[in-house]
Order: sequence, then C-alpha cells, then structure tokens
Amino acid sequence: MHNIKPETGGFFPRDRNWHPKAYTPDYKTSVVRSPQKALISFPNTVGEITGPMFGHDLLGELDDDLIYNYAKPGESAIGERIIVYGKVLDERGRGIPGVLVEFWQANAAGRYRHRNEGYLAPLDPNFGGCGRTISGEDGSYRFRTVKPGPYPWPNGVNDWRPSHIHFSIFGTGFAQRLITQMYFEGDPLIWQCPIVRTINDEAAIKQLTAALDMANTIPMDARAYKFDIVLRGRRSTLFENRMEGN
Amino acid sequence: MVQDLGLLKESASQTAGPYVHIGTAPNFLGTTGVYPEDLGISMVNDKTRGERITITGRIIDGTGTPLRDALIEIWQADSGGLYNSPTETRGAADPNFTGWGRTPCDFTTGVFTFETVKPGATPYPDRRMQAPHVTFWIVARGINLGLNTRMYFPDEEKANAEDPVLKRIEHQNRVPTLIAKKDGSTYTFDIHLQGDNETIFFDI
Ligand SMILES: [Fe+2]
Repeated sequence: MHNIKPETGGFFPRDRNWHPKAYTPDYKTSVVRSPQKALISFPNTVGEITGPMFGHDLLGELDDDLIYNYAKPGESAIGERIIVYGKVLDERGRGIPGVLVEFWQANAAGRYRHRNEGYLAPLDPNFGGCGRTISGEDGSYRFRTVKPGPYPWPNGVNDWRPSHIHFSIFGTGFAQRLITQMYFEGDPLIWQCPIVRTINDEAAIKQLTAALDMANTIPMDARAYKFDIVLRGRRSTLFENRMEGN
Repeated sequence: MVQDLGLLKESASQTAGPYVHIGTAPNFLGTTGVYPEDLGISMVNDKTRGERITITGRIIDGTGTPLRDALIEIWQADSGGLYNSPTETRGAADPNFTGWGRTPCDFTTGVFTFETVKPGATPYPDRRMQAPHVTFWIVARGINLGLNTRMYFPDEEKANAEDPVLKRIEHQNRVPTLIAKKDGSTYTFDIHLQGDNETIFFDI
C-alpha cells in the first residue's frame, strides 16, 4: 500500500509536563496506582522503534459506524447523529498512514454497555459502543456515531464526566502507543472534571476538544466534529552516527 | 524572534478508564457480534518457531490489591530477535509470530496470561546486545499515562548481567523487580505499582 519506506528513527522524548502526572489526588483512583519512584530513561532501541501494524482486511464493513454496528437489522442507535473525523499526525505535522484507531463510548444517555457499569440511565439495545478504523494515506480517519451523554461517577459526591469518546491509537512504533479521550466543543463539564484536570496545561486540554465543523456536516443527517490526534515524532537521521571501528 | 520550528505537541494522554474492554476486548466482555475476535489474543500458531512459553502475573496496587480492570499489551521480538513490524530494518521476522499480545486482567482474580515464545536477543543503539525481554504497556482506571516496563528471564543470568538497560539502573537492588519467576515453561511476572517492591517503569 505504501510506496514510501517508513521512517525508522527514534522518537522525540515525551513531554511529561504536558501529559498528566501519575499522581493526581483529585482523581482518587490514581493515588494507589501511581508509581512513586523516578522512571528510568534509556535511548529508543529496536523494540521501541518498531510496533505492530494491522491490515485493512482486519476491518468489517460497519466497524466505523457505531450507529449500525450493534443494531438489529432495520434499526439504529438512538441519539444525536455525528461524524467524528480528523487526522493522525506526528509532531512534525505529517499524517501517519495505515495506523489502527479504536474508540469506545457511552450511549446517548451516558450509559456504558459494561458488566461493571452502575449508572441508572438505560442501555440502548441497538448500541454496543465500540468501533475502529485504519488511517488513510494522509493519516485521515472518520467514523459515525451518536454523541455520548455525560455521566456521574464515583469520585467526589457529585462528579460528572463531560461527554467524551475514548481513543486508542497505534503509531508505527510501540513507544507511540497512546490512549486518550476526545471532548466536545462548548461542554461546560470539561473544566470541572477531575480527570480532564489531571492535565495541567490548558492548551493540552483544548487540543483534546473537538471542534464542531458545520462545513462537514451531512445536511438532514449528522453534524461533524473534527479531532486531530498527534503522536510522537521521529528524529530524522540527517547524519548517521557510526561507532568508531564499524 | 526566531523562526518557528513548526512542531506540534503530542496529544495528552487520558486514563483508559474502567471500561477499556468495550473498545479493546469486547468479546472478552461479552459484547459479541461486532468483531469476530478480540485483537491480540493469539500471538502464535502451529508453525511459530521457538520455545513456547506462558507469561502470567498480576498488577498490584499500593494497598496490595490486584487490579481487575487493567489492560496489558506486550511487544517482543521473535525467537530470532526480530520484530514483526514494517519498521524492523534488520530482516524479516517469523511470519507466524505477531510479537504483539493484548489481554485484560481477569475480572475476578486480576490474573493476565499470554501464550507466546521466548524472544531472542536484540541490539542496543550502540550495538551491544540486550538480553531477551518482553516490553509491557499497562493502562487502567487511575493510570493517567500508560506505564512501560520490561520483563526479563531468570534463566538468562549471563545476558541479563550484560544488558545495557539493566546496567544503567542506579539502584541495582531494584533490578529483580524486572525478572520473572520460572516454573517449567511458565514465567510469572507480578507488577507492583507502588511499595518496597515497586516495579521499575521506563520513560521510553
Ligand atoms: Fe468514559
């Protein structure tokens, strides 16, 4: 599929002040699940630079359509119909082709289809809540779904998650592996959420907030939200370092 | 003023949450009919080269309780030391070995299990050899950014002693936290998030 040889350089270091820290006591579960000793750094080796890749034959016809991929024939999921689209980019701004993007979410009422879920809002018999796709030649991806509802969760007495979609993204190297969440423009719950606020930098939160894009709606059908995802960039090997004697 | 480098920032991580199974292991959860099978559940087949092994263990929090809502991915070389990846430039890996596995921890016991092969040695950037190892990536509720660690093999004492990553660890008394326990062909690797035996985690 790709004519260009993939880049194989090591990755830019992760900016661990941009990402949330491990220990974030307002998000209570992190208290006993956060390592307390310093991380050990080492230069990327072949095991960090390489990563699993998945072919398009993996994908079923409805994998990128959550409105229909769990629905009974002739039925569809209930909720605000939306299209989420964007690009998987690297830190140099280049699209990353051929990478797997997985997503999961609550239904329009804010209820997850999960055995441990306790929220009283109803399940939608036609909504499973998972989907996946593989980025195109320019890194672009898209899927159709219903807008997830906000939901309450046991942390503080009255904490609510803003509407969000969970994303799992593979790059071309295992050190790029990332899980994050997409939020929706204009949601007042974003700035009150203890999980969102594990991130210290306002700009990093805005980067996770998808923009309503009326130019890409499907009239009389679905609105569109644009959400670009940025994975770590690779150092280019402008000059090759060789050990003496090699 | 100087020229703008034009670099973007990596998207910030957010926790995988308690319901990571919905998107990554729906069949394990009981949501069937969307994907034929969960990705990463089989790494090997009948033709895979190398020594068959089982890797099992638990992830234990700061109170001593195993996590029962975590998801683990592993990534490793094949028995010849090659990764099954388009970005592997040293040769073609065993086509019957994916090198990548993914599983949730058991909902009751917290135990995870992978059926795989023992990996070969791989080079460090300066061309010294690294001991055989398996890379782990752990996400869960309460973990804000996926944790990276490595499992090494107790029956590779000589290679472990020369491993460039293990050698650069200042507190050598922590190195045993990265070495699995062996019983026949089963290697047990318990991961401690906190405490006296906190596992070494890496910034890769
Ligand atoms: Fe969620």
